[in-house]
Amino acid sequence: MAKYLVLIYGDEQEWANTGPQERARIEAGHRRFAATAGAAVLGGHELMPPGTATTLRQGAADRPTVTDGPFLESKEVLGGFYLLEAADLDAAIALAGLLPEVSASHSGVEIRPIREHN
Amino acid sequence: MLAATVRVTRDLDLAEECTQDAYTHALSSWAGHGIPERPGAWLTTVARNRALDALRRAAVLRRTLPLLVMEEPVAGPAEDDLLRLIFTCCHPALASDAQVALTLRLLCGLSTAEVARAFLVQHATMAARITRAKKKIAAARIPYRVPGPDELGKRLDAVLAVLHLVFTTGHTAPIGAVLARRDLVHAALDLTRTLHRLLPGHADIAGLLALELLTDARRDTRVSADGRLVLLADQDRSRWDRAQIAEGAALLGEALRAGPPTRYAVQAAIAAVHSEAPTWADTDFTEIVGLYDVLRELWPSPVVELNRAVALGERDGPQAGLDALTPLLAEPALATYGYLSATRADFLRRLGRRAEAAGAYEEALALTDNDVERAFLTARLDEVR
Repeated sequence: MAKYLVLIYGDEQEWANTGPQERARIEAGHRRFAATAGAAVLGGHELMPPGTATTLRQGAADRPTVTDGPFLESKEVLGGFYLLEAADLDAAIALAGLLPEVSASHSGVEIRPIREHN
Repeated sequence: MLAATVRVTRDLDLAEECTQDAYTHALSSWAGHGIPERPGAWLTTVARNRALDALRRAAVLRRTLPLLVMEEPVAGPAEDDLLRLIFTCCHPALASDAQVALTLRLLCGLSTAEVARAFLVQHATMAARITRAKKKIAAARIPYRVPGPDELGKRLDAVLAVLHLVFTTGHTAPIGAVLARRDLVHAALDLTRTLHRLLPGHADIAGLLALELLTDARRDTRVSADGRLVLLADQDRSRWDRAQIAEGAALLGEALRAGPPTRYAVQAAIAAVHSEAPTWADTDFTEIVGLYDVLRELWPSPVVELNRAVALGERDGPQAGLDALTPLLAEPALATYGYLSATRADFLRRLGRRAEAAGAYEEALALTDNDVERAFLTARLDEVR
């Protein structure tokens, strides 16, 4: 088995403008995903918007420079993630493909294999 | 042999190394003991044993090469391995240029330098592309498996697109001194044939194989003895490969019986109409325009529109052809497509609009680096000047 991080990306503005009905539909989609994936989901969360992010970079005198905002500024932002366990990439694609963000025009998911350190 | 070894190693580099080892070993062993009864089996066994040795060594060293051995042993003859390798190389999680490169390198046995030459990139660029793709296969665990029935159709499309691209690149090389690259044509034909044998009953595979065979049947007549391009209209049809045309036509029948017409089958049907016509003038262009009408529904593409305009020009005259081309001039996908300029030039030439024809021939010349095509266009340009 292998582990994959599924990163959910989407248009920040579109997400901010999501109405309650649409929000309920997306949440129902995630519940269905979780029910289907079962034990394959090792973890996952929705994230607060990137405006709440804090970024640390190398600063002077061993003290990091702390800045407001995400590491990379872009229209499409990270909105949440799942850590999945799957036999191979096809199995991971099959599961991640069930996420509601995959069937919306402004969002999608990125699947990244986890590097195992034994 | 490579495919069978990958099954043990799940690591393409290691498998390549082991198969090369096996060949080296064969040179010394066969010189002393004679050639074994089944050389292929002998080589595969040696390569797989080497792979297992390497894996054991790796285990001892606690090296963490990713996913070395599959959890479950998979049984099946060598051809099943080949099929798995095709689907691995053409996995949609790999970039399409990487799919083509891996297919040529691992399934067709071309060297990295040959693959680089075929796709007009530097050797180092191609080597990096192949290495990156192999790394991704290992790290992301792209499975070494034939997809299940629910996925097979879509995945097969990707495989056929790769084979078709290899074929067309070989049939008319985008650059160089010769019109065709036979090695690529053979590579595509061999693999399509194998796929057709291993996955019977797929209309798309039969259709692509028919298309390749019918197109390639004209190979000996596309260039004259002194190296000049000969258009379909002027080819010596008595020298077309009739046996290959018969085989292509039979496969086309199979493709059409297997289900609703597919893109490749319709393209093959167009090629078949040309194959059956005794001369260019006797060609049934009404049927060809009708087939392009079907094709544009199945595969909406400006290139299809261009070919349809050519057929219209033959059926209804050069003015009708030129009219059909006009909307394509604004098509961004065709902005640097030399065949559009060449087709337009030909219609203008036949309409006696020589100055405009000359301009279009010059444009076409600027858009191809194939020497044979350039010579043809230069001759036409001289004619209208």
